[in-house]
Amino acid sequence: MNNDFLVFDHVTKRFGALTAVDDVTLTINKGEFFSLLGPSGCGKTTLLRMLGGFERPDSGRIYLEGRDITDLPPDKRRVHTVFQNYALFPTMTIWDNIAFSLRLAKLPKAETEEKVDAILDMIQMTEHAWKYPDQLSGGQKQRVAIARALVDRPQVLLLDEPLAALDLKLRQHMLIELDAIHDQVGITFMYVTHDQGEAMSLSDRIAVINRGHVEQLDVPAKIYEAPSSRFVASFIGDTNFFEGTIESVEGDYCVIDVKGFPRIKAYNDKNLSTGQKVALSVRPEKIRVTKARPAPEKGASINVFPSVVQDIVYQGVYTKYWLDSADLRISALKPHSRFLLDQETITWNDPVFVWWHPDDAYMVEVR
Amino acid sequence: MMKMNPLRSRRAEWLVTLPSLLWLALFFAVPSVIVLAFTFHGHTPNGGVGEWSLSTWRELVDPDYPVIVWKTIRVSLEVTVWSIVLALPCAYAIARMGRRWRSVVAGAIMLPFWTSFVVRVFAWKTMLHPDGWLQACYLAFLRLRAWAFGWLPGCGGQVDPASSTILDSEAAVVLVSVYTFLPFAIMPLYTAAEKFDFALLEAARDLGAKNFYAFRKIFIPGIRQGLISAILMVFIPAIGSYVIPQMLGGTNCVLIGNKIFMRAIQNRNIPHASALATLMAVSVLIPIACAMWWRRSQSARDRKRLDAETARLMTGGAS
Ligand SMILES: Nc1ncnc2c1ncn2[C@@H]1O[C@H](COP(=O)(O)OP(=O)(O)OP(=O)(O)O)[C@@H](O)[C@H]1O
Ligand SMILES: [Mg+2]
Repeated sequence: MNNDFLVFDHVTKRFGALTAVDDVTLTINKGEFFSLLGPSGCGKTTLLRMLGGFERPDSGRIYLEGRDITDLPPDKRRVHTVFQNYALFPTMTIWDNIAFSLRLAKLPKAETEEKVDAILDMIQMTEHAWKYPDQLSGGQKQRVAIARALVDRPQVLLLDEPLAALDLKLRQHMLIELDAIHDQVGITFMYVTHDQGEAMSLSDRIAVINRGHVEQLDVPAKIYEAPSSRFVASFIGDTNFFEGTIESVEGDYCVIDVKGFPRIKAYNDKNLSTGQKVALSVRPEKIRVTKARPAPEKGASINVFPSVVQDIVYQGVYTKYWLDSADLRISALKPHSRFLLDQETITWNDPVFVWWHPDDAYMVEVR
Repeated sequence: MMKMNPLRSRRAEWLVTLPSLLWLALFFAVPSVIVLAFTFHGHTPNGGVGEWSLSTWRELVDPDYPVIVWKTIRVSLEVTVWSIVLALPCAYAIARMGRRWRSVVAGAIMLPFWTSFVVRVFAWKTMLHPDGWLQACYLAFLRLRAWAFGWLPGCGGQVDPASSTILDSEAAVVLVSVYTFLPFAIMPLYTAAEKFDFALLEAARDLGAKNFYAFRKIFIPGIRQGLISAILMVFIPAIGSYVIPQMLGGTNCVLIGNKIFMRAIQNRNIPHASALATLMAVSVLIPIACAMWWRRSQSARDRKRLDAETARLMTGGAS
């Protein structure tokens, strides 16, 4: 364990009767862009605050480069935070804000100036150096907050929903910038968000948190394509759940009996056996909707069943359909890569066929 | 936000401020001018104001007066410093309390105002009796004070327990003045501290600052406005105070307020009292005006320096 860069070892934090962080064990690699993703109130901020030194865990330990930092005060750990509301010092200029940690470290004056000027250059804020925080725009404040936390090269940079206060356009811009900064400085970033898009696009790895515990820790693609639980599957993107009992196993595949549907075939990724109950997650973009019944493919048979279009939302890049089958409402996405070559247009109340390949479903829950 | 016609808004502004302007003119400007005018008159034996003359100002050339003026300023400064030093942690603590406790404690601080000021000062007179337990505390206080303010002229020196009775001393005046003015220091500081964003202290800690450093470098500048009003709220009434030195200072702490009282009531010399009041006001206003002028020129110089720095950075200083 001591070789690992940053370790949360069975960390628990309670506030009265509420368990905000519940027995979390995490290992974060050096230089990684690591995200904590979860719904509001799941304990992300509390985890960060324990790493920053602002809360003490009720049990468990935190190690940074082999050293137990659990009981160190905030000023004794080289971990800096970019706060959600920036928390820039309003009585200091931008330059002095950024120089704050260097002055505390009693760096020689020339070196301080050199470092502050360099990082101002990096965030392209040189011309604003002598302004005060309330003279800056939201995005500029954001960049200053990041620079202030990075200038003395901490071991870990903590970012607590740093983009939440920005509007959509600026958020997308800052996302790219943040990625570039991470590449440039090579410092470990620990990023908190409840926006799955942000987490997916930036992170090396993501820990999905639910009610204080880690639901899944993996690379973004795995989290999306192979969610470990029903919670992860529904929190990360849209999905459709089919619940049923395994009727038979045929090689790598199994056949599931879902009430109201014809037999559904799925890849048996969890090696289940006959009689087990399972929930199957099928992403909307994996589901096809056509007026004509699809021709059976060679090799594997596909899942096909008739349905009726209930709702259509045109979104430019794709169209979203809601279809009623049995007592389920299924959502499906149809991309418009070949719009003009598409078959006949589908409209409300059309009888259609809904189908997907058995490999494109994923089992998320077994009982 | 809605844009108003500038002319109309300016007229509205005038209308709104007119009552307070009238009030100030009637009860501040006019009396000040009258007081100033009195100083250029002689006095009549029966307590009236006499002919135009410079005799009053000539009487004022008395070596006692500069000493008393300085003593008044020094005691007021002392009272201000002690009040602020005590009020700062108070205000900080109250602002960090839960909402419910905050109003309870703020109410408790204002509680003394429900009893008469003179009664409270009288109560102190009893408590400070030479046989009381406060005499013991007083000796400790004396030593601390000599250590903190010994460098000011006429203030330092050794502490001699035998001759240091607590009543009828300058220290008693400082002590009870601090007691009296403390709420006036706490309230503006607390109001400012309540608006202060305490996340800033966390940010400072996060960047490596110790608690006290964060308090000094972030909290104090953050409540600067409150600090300035707290200083004024204590210093100005302290300059004019005369009940406390009268009742607790005896002959050892005669301040300008007592002199003015003496001249006006005992000697029935209104012009002389007016001249003393003018002298005191001028002695306080001149340093304050100088300080304000100095600060303005400082910030102008700062602005110039910042412009120059920006220019340096923009022209490749970063390379
Ligand atoms: N100081 C505190 N006292 C009591 N309860 C707290 C405290 N701090 C957090 N909590 C509770 O702990 C839980 C987790 O809070 P936390 O701030 O970590 O959530 P979060 O995941 O950051 O949520 P969000 O996305 O809304 O910021 C919440 O239910 C919250 O109410
Ligand atoms: Mg949070």
